[in-house]
Amino acid sequence: MADIAIRNVEKSYGKTAVLHGIDLQIADGEFLVILGPSGCGKSTLLRMIAGLEGISRGEIAIAGRVVNALEPRERGCAMVFQNYALYPHMTVGENIGYALKVAGLPKPERERRVAEIARIVGLEAFLARRPSELSGGQRQRVAMGRAMIREPKVFLFDEPLSNLDAKLRVQMRLEIRRLHQRLQATSVFVTHDQIEAMSLADRIVVMNQGRIEQAGPPRLLYAEPATRFVASFLGAPAMNLLPATIIAKDRARMADGTEIALDPARFIVEIGQAVEIGIRPEDVMIVWPGSEGAHALEVEFTEDMGSSRLLHTRLGGMEFTVLQPAAQIEAEGQLPITIPENAIHLFDLNTGKRLNRQIPVIGTAASAAA
Amino acid sequence: MKAARFPLPTGRLLRFAGAHAVLLVGAAFMLLPFIWMLLTAIRAPDEILTGGLNPIPRSFHAVENFSAALQQAPLLRFMVNGVIICGGILIIQLIVAIPAAYALAKLRFPGRGLLFAAVIGGLCIPIQVPALPIYLALAEFGLLDSYFAMMVPFFLSVFAIFLFRQTFRGFPDEILQAARVDGLGEFEILWRIVVPSALPAIAAFSIFSIVAHWNDLYWPMIVIQRMDYAPPPLGMLFFANSETGASYGVLMAGATIITAPLVLVFLLARRRFVQGITMTGIK
Repeated sequence: MADIAIRNVEKSYGKTAVLHGIDLQIADGEFLVILGPSGCGKSTLLRMIAGLEGISRGEIAIAGRVVNALEPRERGCAMVFQNYALYPHMTVGENIGYALKVAGLPKPERERRVAEIARIVGLEAFLARRPSELSGGQRQRVAMGRAMIREPKVFLFDEPLSNLDAKLRVQMRLEIRRLHQRLQATSVFVTHDQIEAMSLADRIVVMNQGRIEQAGPPRLLYAEPATRFVASFLGAPAMNLLPATIIAKDRARMADGTEIALDPARFIVEIGQAVEIGIRPEDVMIVWPGSEGAHALEVEFTEDMGSSRLLHTRLGGMEFTVLQPAAQIEAEGQLPITIPENAIHLFDLNTGKRLNRQIPVIGTAASAAA
Repeated sequence: MKAARFPLPTGRLLRFAGAHAVLLVGAAFMLLPFIWMLLTAIRAPDEILTGGLNPIPRSFHAVENFSAALQQAPLLRFMVNGVIICGGILIIQLIVAIPAAYALAKLRFPGRGLLFAAVIGGLCIPIQVPALPIYLALAEFGLLDSYFAMMVPFFLSVFAIFLFRQTFRGFPDEILQAARVDGLGEFEILWRIVVPSALPAIAAFSIFSIVAHWNDLYWPMIVIQRMDYAPPPLGMLFFANSETGASYGVLMAGATIITAPLVLVFLLARRRFVQGITMTGIK
């Protein structure tokens, strides 16, 4: 069991800096997901923990021991890769047990543990096969078995589900979650898929351009995104973001004159400030025609998603989506809606920072074991 | 299948026939010396210069020629020498070239580009260029007339380094990283993970190497004076000079015996050979 401390870690290739001073505490037994678009440095950070990339500045400690100068094998981490990275000429059993063979365990002991792991990951019937004879999901199970057999202090996952089809991905997600509940090993999981992040994480770290945008429990990041980037990255369908100008303590006006009411108690704004108003598609209320404070939306088209419907509309000339339970009557033409004041997120247009009165803690581990 | 498979459309048929005609001519050119060798080996001395390409000799003289070749020349000795030399060269070539190629393909270190450029440069230098200095050095140390003298210039094969480097480059980095996390050292990764997957390329190179050194005459002729150490071609040369004079039938019987192992090796490894060459091309 081990906690991980990342202190002011930087990474650069020549003059190109890819990580700018990352600070992160990962608690013992925590399931941490690093979420971000491709190129944000999330995989680099993971590989630095594993020891596959050098650390340009700062330090990383695992279980209180600084590991900067240690070889990957000395760090007690196990890693699962996106492309499985199985040894092509070995059978499933040999792949899973190879680390033990390298460590010099006697054969009977090795075979017993391989059989045990194969049972956990459901591969007992496939031990004699080669990786090329397995499906993608089975290969990823082998990779997980290979990681588990070493009983590592830390599990590292580098987008392990990206190459699987949608159905298998959901299934493997559950298996990873179950595995974590059973082993309680500190886990760091890198992904660009926000649903994966939301469903797996004890805590999510959102990264963008080599910096941490926000860290916290999934629910907090969803409810109170600290920046416009986090707001737009978390949630599907994505949050509506409408550029506007503050014209009064309780009012913002969009370019075409549409005015949106704000709760002055919730925001710190100045008159004339350029902002973006964020509204999640599921927070929009559809009301009766003629209701007080209602906006009229023009419905352009509808996407039916089975359990719900996504209405693509325009508000004040901007694209605006509304998520509607499928049970409701299908909307066409003019759609009257209201936006509940407590559902509005407000971001500064220039800095992208959230403008709420209580700003959540950014980037540190204050809320680690939530 | 309702549509008739034959006749092919005329255009395709012509192209097919044309391509095969070219291939047949090429094959004939390659095979003719071998056929001539075999024919000469089974003919009586008087028929050798007059028989032309007639495949059936008037008097079948194979037994006499082959037994004369086996009795008059130490063919077995030459072939054992060939095996020792080819085996020794190949083993050391692989031991040296595989780690070098791995380092050039997968490890990051300063000067890698320069070293690889040197490898490419080395491909352009034929054995004739360093022949004299190597000869002088061997003479200086009294190493002429030995197996070592015949093998030493070939221990370091830039061609092998180049070929293996191209092959290893196609090996996924993630697997190497998984192995490092699993606790393997670089040499274990190389010999236990990378090499098994590069066997076709290694087999292909092995055939190149064995054929080249089994047939090599130039270098053994420079460093070997004593018949005991002669590899097959040099042995044949001694044999031709000293024993047989103009007895071509016996000479060709000897040549047939000496060539046979190579042809057999190639036929057995043919599939791997082609696979190895084409795979390195794609990657």
